[in-house]
Amino acid sequence: MAVADSDRSLELQQSGAPARERLARIWEGEAGLRGWLSTVDHKEYGKRYIATAFIFLILGGLEALVMRVQLAGPNKTLLTPEQYNQLFSMHGLTMIFLYAQPVLSGFSVYLFPLLLGARDMAFPRLNAFSYWIYLFSGLFIYAGFVLGYGPNDGWFNYPPYASMRYNPGPNMDFYAIGMILFGVSSTAGAANFVVTFLRARAPGMSINRVPILTWGTVTASFGILFSVPAVSLAFFLLWTDRQFGTDFFNSGQGQPLLWQHLFWIFAHPWVYVVVLPAMGIVSDALPIFCRRPLVGYTVVVLATVATMVMGFGVWLHHMFATGIPYLALSFFSAASFVITIPSAVAVFAWIATIWTGRPVLSTAFLFFAGFIVMFTLGGVSGVMTAAAPADQQLTDTYFVVAHIHYVLIGINVLAVMGGLYVWFPKMTGRLLDERLGRWNFWTVFLGFNIAFLPMHWTGLAGMPRRIYTYPEGLGWTAVNVVTTIGAFILAAGVLLLLVNMYVSRRHGAAAGPDPWGGPTLEWATTSPPPTYNFAVIPAVASRHPLWEGSLDESGERSSLQRGMILDDGKEMLTTTALDAEPDAIQKMPPDTLAPLLAALAATALGAAALLHAWIGATIFTLLLFAALLVWLWPQRAMGQISEQAHV
Amino acid sequence: MPTPADPAMNYLEAFGEKAEAISLLTWALLILSIAVVAIIALLTAAGVTMRRTSLAAEDAKREPVLRPSGGLSWITVGVALSTLALFASMAWNAYTMAAVNRPPRAPALTIEVIGHQWWWQFRYKSDDPAQTFETANEAHIPIGAPVRLEVRTQDVIHSFWIPALGEKIDLIPSQTNVTWFEAEKPGVYRGQCAEYCGQQHAHMAIAVVAETPEAFQAWRVAQLHPAEAQQGGLIEGEALFQARCSACHTVRGTLAGGKLGPDLTHVASRLGIAANTLQNTTATLSGWIADPQRIKPGNKMPTLDLQASELGAIRRYVQSLK
Ligand code: HEM
Ligand SMILES: [Cu+2]
Repeated sequence: MAVADSDRSLELQQSGAPARERLARIWEGEAGLRGWLSTVDHKEYGKRYIATAFIFLILGGLEALVMRVQLAGPNKTLLTPEQYNQLFSMHGLTMIFLYAQPVLSGFSVYLFPLLLGARDMAFPRLNAFSYWIYLFSGLFIYAGFVLGYGPNDGWFNYPPYASMRYNPGPNMDFYAIGMILFGVSSTAGAANFVVTFLRARAPGMSINRVPILTWGTVTASFGILFSVPAVSLAFFLLWTDRQFGTDFFNSGQGQPLLWQHLFWIFAHPWVYVVVLPAMGIVSDALPIFCRRPLVGYTVVVLATVATMVMGFGVWLHHMFATGIPYLALSFFSAASFVITIPSAVAVFAWIATIWTGRPVLSTAFLFFAGFIVMFTLGGVSGVMTAAAPADQQLTDTYFVVAHIHYVLIGINVLAVMGGLYVWFPKMTGRLLDERLGRWNFWTVFLGFNIAFLPMHWTGLAGMPRRIYTYPEGLGWTAVNVVTTIGAFILAAGVLLLLVNMYVSRRHGAAAGPDPWGGPTLEWATTSPPPTYNFAVIPAVASRHPLWEGSLDESGERSSLQRGMILDDGKEMLTTTALDAEPDAIQKMPPDTLAPLLAALAATALGAAALLHAWIGATIFTLLLFAALLVWLWPQRAMGQISEQAHV
Repeated sequence: MPTPADPAMNYLEAFGEKAEAISLLTWALLILSIAVVAIIALLTAAGVTMRRTSLAAEDAKREPVLRPSGGLSWITVGVALSTLALFASMAWNAYTMAAVNRPPRAPALTIEVIGHQWWWQFRYKSDDPAQTFETANEAHIPIGAPVRLEVRTQDVIHSFWIPALGEKIDLIPSQTNVTWFEAEKPGVYRGQCAEYCGQQHAHMAIAVVAETPEAFQAWRVAQLHPAEAQQGGLIEGEALFQARCSACHTVRGTLAGGKLGPDLTHVASRLGIAANTLQNTTATLSGWIADPQRIKPGNKMPTLDLQASELGAIRRYVQSLK
């Protein structure tokens, strides 16, 4: 690790105007398009992640609305079967991969350094790279869709229907290669979160003083690091099956069921990847509006970690109908029951926080309160599917569609919307409008429940999922009409949020550094924060540095105004993993186009592979290496000057 | 137009020993779930209304921060009660799993279920080759006796599912799955493919006709018969069928021996056509033979461009295959 000269003065200083100016000069990038493309500022990428994920949410939402019109009555012919099948596949993969996880990455990329009192992520260039390649992987898959080659085998993509024999078009190749690119993005992002969490916390922020959102994200990141290899491999093997006649998943020598194992051993942990950070948002932000710390910090953290660990042991419950042996069935069924216990811990911690707090009913709070109930609903329908015999009836019906939407909208979307009301002011310096906010909350909440609560019944009435139409007379028509109406109300609610963001960005009330009286470090700096985040590196003495005046947690006081300034260059303090004792001063890399170029080259390599353009593939591989060389090229300014004395 | 099967596919109502055990468990979990959601919703709503200090977001920063104690007991009590409910459900679950795992008596009959994009082939097995026969999309079973199912697929993954009689079982290439079901009452039980299998996954329905053992026996004997030799007005239809349809369809007792489509030896005795997409009537049958791609786009039966007179002759011949 690059360590700066240790014999220069590291005295604690008060941050004056001259220091701020110096820091601004050091940290601010170029203006203009080139600056926009080459910046490595985490706050930029946090916002870009969120904006991009919202665009995908809108696309996925429009796809859903078209499907809902098709399903609003029996035997409708708005869509051909192939169109419907591409739409439900695009909708599922868009929401799960291109919206649900990236939007949470956006919050975390934006907030991590601010919550932890750091100046940037541990690897700012890697951060830029994971954003760009996420964007390009999404565009790659959508390019297929726009050209008429959208994936048409669902997000789960089971062979042999996904194999060349039954699916000769390039549809699946767009999906397979796009997913490999996407896997690079989530893996790079996860590694960055883990290292940032371990080494970039403010001095004094020992591991038991970290905000829950960062716990949620780091836990999810470990989940990504261990699960994504399975799916990247699976998609790669599928691609070789399709293009070169290998036989991993076909019914000759291969096993179609192998795909399902590889897929679900990834996709079940993924469910926790898209909810744990969202639960973290609620665990951190709900207490602000209850005017008290979260009840049971330690058990909630343990529950978070326990959920992820157990999340690796239940994948078979997606395969209860595949004819697996009785013993395996019993084990995975029991494990799937037990995994709900940590979730119960979180639910009661939130309820206790409300009951022992004094809630201020802001829009954000309403989203979080609604979230608690929706979380429970999605949880209990999950328990029903954990019961193997019951699941063998429920699986692949609309009951499961209702369940996943309670999980994904109830837990992810509601938390994200509430989180925006909390942190949009930090990101833009302007508050979202509260009156519009109430409308936003109630339309989303009611629309969502009108659409998806009756859908449980649709499933119990036996309607299978992934069908482009259904006959009359089976008792499915009325519920489907209600669902379609609810879907449009929900869409209107999402629109209200967009309007609110659009209007408030310019005309909202000024937020000030700390509009809600929050406890954590991001509220100690301006809104929006300067590029260097904090003029002095804060030193933390408790879990709630900004609430110490009222809570008196440890007797000591955090030091937010006096501290190291580190204005000799683009520098950041790194600390030890458990106790967050100062360890080294790390030189931070300047802005560069290299991550963008690397991402472009990788995507072009994917496109060349899709087209079997092997010369192009070779060229793009070389370009990829060239971009990586530029990225990593040693620079004197980044070099280590002398070894810091070990204490 | 209702498809030819009732009762509907609601599986909270069951019509066989196996499905009953499952629906009881489902009901129990459903009621427990509703209770849990109601309790949590009430707790949340009551907490919000009783404890709230302000409706205005900007008051947040003015309200003092406190740390009243007593919060942790919520977690202890809440999690303890949830765990109790969970373990009770787990016990019931384990009990049900054991109960439905094997048939209570020796099965009366074995049916081989073979999935195709997008129709069902049923092969009635027997040790005596003369007693085996095949049909499609509509299976008959005797009531009051477990039936053994051996399921496999000819192409992609499908899932066999008759909600009122029991759970789904997937049809997976390179493996044969075995399960069983049983009907208590006579009736027509509708089912549908439950695993996404491509364009016409939506139109892959099953009719299971459960009847008294006597009626079943009579049906079986009738099915074993090959098609009768045709005379009179049907000869032309038969010839056209041989020319245009026999590459894909079998009619036992004739030269038609195609394997790509459903066996039509007794198609006229079935309730539905096109995997129960349509009721079996003169009009629907004509419509289907004239243009199957309009009714079920993408399905593997080509549109044959028949003359009106040819169509009529073929349709009459097919309707004679009782
Ligand atoms: C307006 C809001 C939404 C509506 C009306 C809607 C509707 C639907 C419909 C009609 C299906 C297809 C069911 C089928 O044919 O089997 C579906 C599937 C799905 N939806 Fe949504 N949805 C919405 C929002 C979301 C969101 C926000 C997410 C995730 C964050 C999501 C995730 C999924 C997933 C994962 C599937 C499964 C796709 C599959 O069957 O493979 N949906 N949704
Ligand atoms: Cu099927």
